[in-house]
Amino acid sequence: MLQLECPWCGPRDEEEFTYGGEAHITRPPEPDAVSDAAWGDYLFFHTNTRGLQSEQWCHSHGCRRWFNVARDTVTYRIHRVYRMGEPRPGFDA
Amino acid sequence: MSGYRLASGGRIDRDRRLEFTFNGRPMAGYAGDTLASALIANGVDIVARSFKYRRPRGIVAAGAEEPNAILQLGCGARTRPVQRATQTELHYGLSARTVNGWPSAETDLTAVLDRASRLLPAGFYYKTFKWPASGWKHYEHVIRAGAGLGYAPDDADADRYDRINAHCDVLVVGAGPAGLSAALAAGYSGARVILADEGSEFGGSLLSAAEHIDGAPSTHWIARVRAELAAMPEVTLLPRATVFGYYDHNFLTLVERLTDHLPATDAIGPRERLWRLRAKQVVIATGAIERPLVFGNNDRPGVMLASAVSSYVNRYGVAPGRRAVVFANNDNGYRSALDMQRAGIDVAGVVDVRTDPSGAWHEAARAAGLRVFAGHVVPDARGRRRLASVRTARLSADAGRIEDEGPRLDCDLLAVSGGWSPVVHLQSQSGARPRFDTDRACFVPGDPVQAERSAGAARGTWDTAGCLLEGNEAGVAAASACGFEAPATVLPSAAAADEQPLLPCWLVPGFKPVSRGPKQFVDYQNDTTAADLHLAIRENYTAIEHVKRYTALGFGTDQGKLGNINGMGIVAEKLGRPLAEVGTTTFRPAYTPVTFGAIAGRDVGALLDATRHTPMHAWHVARGAVFENVGQWKRARYYPRPGETMQQAVDRECLATHHAVGVLDYSTLGKIDIHGPDAVTLLERVYTNNWRKLAVGRCRYGLMLDEDGMVMDDGVTARLAEHHYLMTTTTGGAANVMARLERWLQTEWTDLEVHLTSVTDHWATVSVAGPYSRDLVGELCADVDLSAEAMPFMSIRECTAVGVAARVARVSFTGELSFEISVPAAHGQRLWEAVMAAGERYGATPYGTEAMHVLRAEKGFVIVGQDTDGSVTPDDLGMAGLVSTKKDFIGRRSLARPHLQRGDRRQLVGLLTDEPAAVLPEGAQLVDVPDGPLPLPMVGWVTSSYASARVGRSIALALVDGGRDRIGQRVFAPLADGRVLAARITEPVFLDAPGRRPHDRTDRNAERPDRRPERPPAGAVDA
Ligand SMILES: [Zn+2]
Repeated sequence: MLQLECPWCGPRDEEEFTYGGEAHITRPPEPDAVSDAAWGDYLFFHTNTRGLQSEQWCHSHGCRRWFNVARDTVTYRIHRVYRMGEPRPGFDA
Repeated sequence: MSGYRLASGGRIDRDRRLEFTFNGRPMAGYAGDTLASALIANGVDIVARSFKYRRPRGIVAAGAEEPNAILQLGCGARTRPVQRATQTELHYGLSARTVNGWPSAETDLTAVLDRASRLLPAGFYYKTFKWPASGWKHYEHVIRAGAGLGYAPDDADADRYDRINAHCDVLVVGAGPAGLSAALAAGYSGARVILADEGSEFGGSLLSAAEHIDGAPSTHWIARVRAELAAMPEVTLLPRATVFGYYDHNFLTLVERLTDHLPATDAIGPRERLWRLRAKQVVIATGAIERPLVFGNNDRPGVMLASAVSSYVNRYGVAPGRRAVVFANNDNGYRSALDMQRAGIDVAGVVDVRTDPSGAWHEAARAAGLRVFAGHVVPDARGRRRLASVRTARLSADAGRIEDEGPRLDCDLLAVSGGWSPVVHLQSQSGARPRFDTDRACFVPGDPVQAERSAGAARGTWDTAGCLLEGNEAGVAAASACGFEAPATVLPSAAAADEQPLLPCWLVPGFKPVSRGPKQFVDYQNDTTAADLHLAIRENYTAIEHVKRYTALGFGTDQGKLGNINGMGIVAEKLGRPLAEVGTTTFRPAYTPVTFGAIAGRDVGALLDATRHTPMHAWHVARGAVFENVGQWKRARYYPRPGETMQQAVDRECLATHHAVGVLDYSTLGKIDIHGPDAVTLLERVYTNNWRKLAVGRCRYGLMLDEDGMVMDDGVTARLAEHHYLMTTTTGGAANVMARLERWLQTEWTDLEVHLTSVTDHWATVSVAGPYSRDLVGELCADVDLSAEAMPFMSIRECTAVGVAARVARVSFTGELSFEISVPAAHGQRLWEAVMAAGERYGATPYGTEAMHVLRAEKGFVIVGQDTDGSVTPDDLGMAGLVSTKKDFIGRRSLARPHLQRGDRRQLVGLLTDEPAAVLPEGAQLVDVPDGPLPLPMVGWVTSSYASARVGRSIALALVDGGRDRIGQRVFAPLADGRVLAARITEPVFLDAPGRRPHDRTDRNAERPDRRPERPPAGAVDA
C-alpha cells in the first residue's frame, strides 16, 4: 500500500485516496474544433507510462482535494506531490 | 516407534504434563513442547501421506519450513486446517488429526499409487488439462479427494479477530541473535522499535544450539536482552507474531496469534490480531533454512534436517531416533552429530560429501570418536514405514558419479544438511531481487529498493559472533536513518566463524540413472522428484518459472521453502548453466498461511459494510415493511398486509396512489447543495439542457452524461435563491455525482466560484402522490398556497411543517399529482407520522420502491442504472429533446461521433406480451426468430418488467436494436425454462400516451391531468 503525502493533510495511506489517472490532460477548450480522432484520443488514450508519470489523486476519505503526484510506475517511488495548477515538474530531481 | 523423550535436557517444563490426542489416540507431552516434538516423543513416525504417491511421510523440520506435518487442529467451529505441527505450541486438550490418507495416514490403502507412479509423470496436471479436454472431469474428483490439506469448519467462525494500525521507526523481524542485537541497538537510540518473532520465545536459532555468549549459556544473554528491551518505553515486543507481507512504501503486515497456544477454557479475547504496520526502517533478521539433500528415497520417515535434529535434542529434549547417521556437505553435520552424541544417541557415522574435510568441527567429531566417511554420499535410503538403513558410496574425484559402494549402515534416523538458504522471502516481497552467492552456494538479499537492511543468517552470515555484530550495525544504521543516534556499545563475545566451506551438492549421484532409480524428492509437499525436473527439461521447459509450473515445484502451502533452491540447482546442472543465470525465484505474501479470520477482522456480518437507515426507518419496520438494499441504504420495498403476496401488496399500493393518495419515503435521494455566483454555469456544463432561464422557486429535470456521451445520472434540480440550487441525484449515484462535480471544479474549472455540499443525510423527504395529495399536504403545510395557479408543476416553496422550517416541491415520478415535503432529518419520523395521521381520511397508503418502480414504468420514466448501463445515450432513450444544441456540456462532443449517430443503435421501447398475464423476466434476451440455428442473434434485452395494476396487464421496457423503427413488430424471449414469450414492440409509455409526438419524451416527470374525485374511494383506505 502506497503512502501519499496529501498537500493539505500530510502523509496518509493509499486506501484514503482515489486514483485519477494521468495528469495534465486538458479538456479541449473548444471540443467542436477537434476531429473525432483527436477527441477519441482525449477520451480513451492515455500514455500508460513505464517510469516517471504525473497523475491525479484525490484525498477522497480526507480533505477531498485533488492534487498531482509524480510517481514512478515501476518502482512506485513518489518523486513529488504538487497542487492543481502547478506546472508539471522537470523530472531531473 | 523410533523417537523418545530424553531423560533430561531441553527447554521444557517436565513438571507440567499436557495431555493431547493425535488421530484420537491419547498422548502426553510437556509445556514448552511443540506438537511436533511431542509427537516424536510419543514415537509417532508417520504424520502424512504424500500428495501424489501416498508415500508415508514423517517430520522433517522444526520450523516454518516443515512440508509434511501439516495437520488439522481442533474440531467444530474452531477447527484449523493447514497447521504446521512444528510451529504449534502444545497445550492441554489439543486434538490433532492427519488430513490425507484413507482411512488414515498411518494405514493408507491408497498407497498403491506409489507403485503405479509411471501413470503420474511430471506435468500430469498440465497434460490432463490439455487433452483430452473431457478427461479432467474424471480425474479431478479422484485427485481432489485424495489431495486434501485439511478442511474449513462447517460452522461460522466462533472467534473474534482484531486489527491494529501502527507506525514505528524501526521494525526488526526475527528475534534470533541478529534481531535481538539490532533491536537492542535501535532501542538504546530512543527510536520507536517493534520486534516481532514468529516463535513463542525469543532467541531464534540460539534456543536450539548448545552455544555460549559471554561465557554463559546463550539463554542467559537472551533473557537479559529481553528484559532490557521490555523496560524500554518505546519498544514493543511481539512474540507469536509472523511478519507475512512486505508491501510498497514499507507497509508490512503481521499476524499475532493471541490464544491458539492456550487450552479452550483459557482462550479469552480475540484469537488473532492483524497488524498493519508502516515502518520507517526495517531490519530483516529472519535467519536461514537448512536445505535437505536430494537422494533416493530421501522422503522416508526418519530422514530429518540436521538442524531440526539439533533442535529436538537441545530445545525439546527428545531424540528423533535411536541410531543415527549424518549425511552432509558442510560442517553443520558435525555439529548435529556431536549434539546427538552428547544426548546419548548412537551415531553410526558422518557421511561427508567433501573428499578432504578439515577444520575445527571435523576435528571435534574425530576427537569424539565419530566415524567419518569422507568423499562419500548416501545414494539410497531403505525401509518402508521408517528408515531402517542407508547405502553409502564413494564419489569419483570430480564428485559427479559413484565410484564404488561403501558400507550399508543400519539406522532409524538420518540427519541431512545440504547447506543453508537465507530467508530472503520478505526482502524479495519488498521488490528486491535476491542474488546468488556462488561461494556460499545460496541466494542472499539483493540491493534494497525500500528502506530495509538484512542482518545475520538472513544475509548469509552463519556464526553467532557475526550475527551479533551485523545485528548491532543494522540496528544502529536503521535508527540513524530515522534521526536517532545509538550510543556505542560493547558487543558480547560469542562463537566466531570456524566453518569450512561447503561443497554444493544439488543432486546426489545414484546407483542408477535418475529416471530409473528410486525417487529423489525435491519438493516433499508436491511429490516433485529430480526425474520430474529432468523430464520437464527434456520436454523443453527450460525457463525456471515454466519448470516450476510444469512440475508444481514450490506450489504447496510451504511455497517450496525446502525444495526450491535444490530444484533450481538440479535444473541449472542439467542445463549446464550457472545457477545464478537460471534465475531467481519470486516470493510472494504470505510467508506462512494466514487465516481469513485475521484478514477479515471485525468486518464480518453486520459490520461488513455500513447500513444506512432513513429517519423514518423505525416506522417502516413496525409496519412490517419488506426492505431492499439500494447501495448501503435499506429502503422499504412494500408493506404486505397479513396474508398478502408481494404482487397483491404492490397492486394495492399502486391503486391506492392512483385513486387516493400514496406516501413514499424519499429521503434516500441524493441531494447536493450548490452555492455561489457560478452555480448556474456549473449546471449548464454538467446537464444536457438549459438552466439560465430557470426562475427562483422553480425546478427542472436534468440529464447528466459522462464525457463519453453516455447517460450517467438524472434528477430534478431546484433553484432556491439567486445563487443557490438544490440538485437531486439517483439514490445509488449520489456519491459518484458529487465526486465528479468536485473533480471538474478542482481540476478543470478552477475559476468557477461555486461550492458543493452533500446534504443527502440532512433532509428527510416524504413524497405524497395521488389525486388527494394537495388536500393532504395542504393540511401539513398551511402557510403555503398549493393551488395550481400559485404553485405550478415543477415548483418549490419554503414553508413550515410539523413546526419546523420545511420545503415543499411539486414534482412527480409517478405521473400522479405529487408533492414532496422535506424537513431536517431529525424531524423525519414526526413528519411521516403526521402525514399518515392527517392522511387517514384520504386513504393515505404507504408504498414502497416496488410500487414506485411500477408507477414510473407505466409512464415510461427510466431509472438510470436499470434501464441504462453506461452504453446508452439520451437519444437511445428517446430524450434527444433534452439535449441543448446551443451550449457545450460534458459529453456533448462525444454525441457527434459517428457511432453514436447510427440509426440502428439499441433504443428504449415498450414491450407488451401476447399473453397479458405473462411477465417477462428482467434481463431476458430478445431474438427475432425463436427457433433458428444456434446461437440465435440477440437483438436486445428487457430492462424493466412488471405486472401493472393501473394498466391492467404486464408491461415491460426494453433496449432493442433500431427499436423505434420497429414499433408494432414482434420479438421473442426464449427463457431458461424452455418457454418462449412473444411480445409486441410499443412506445415506451403505457399511460396517457395519446397526443404526444412519438419519441418526444421531454415531458418527463409530467403530471397526469388533475382528476380528483369528490371523495376518496372507501376501498382504497389503508387500515
Ligand atoms: Zn487531504
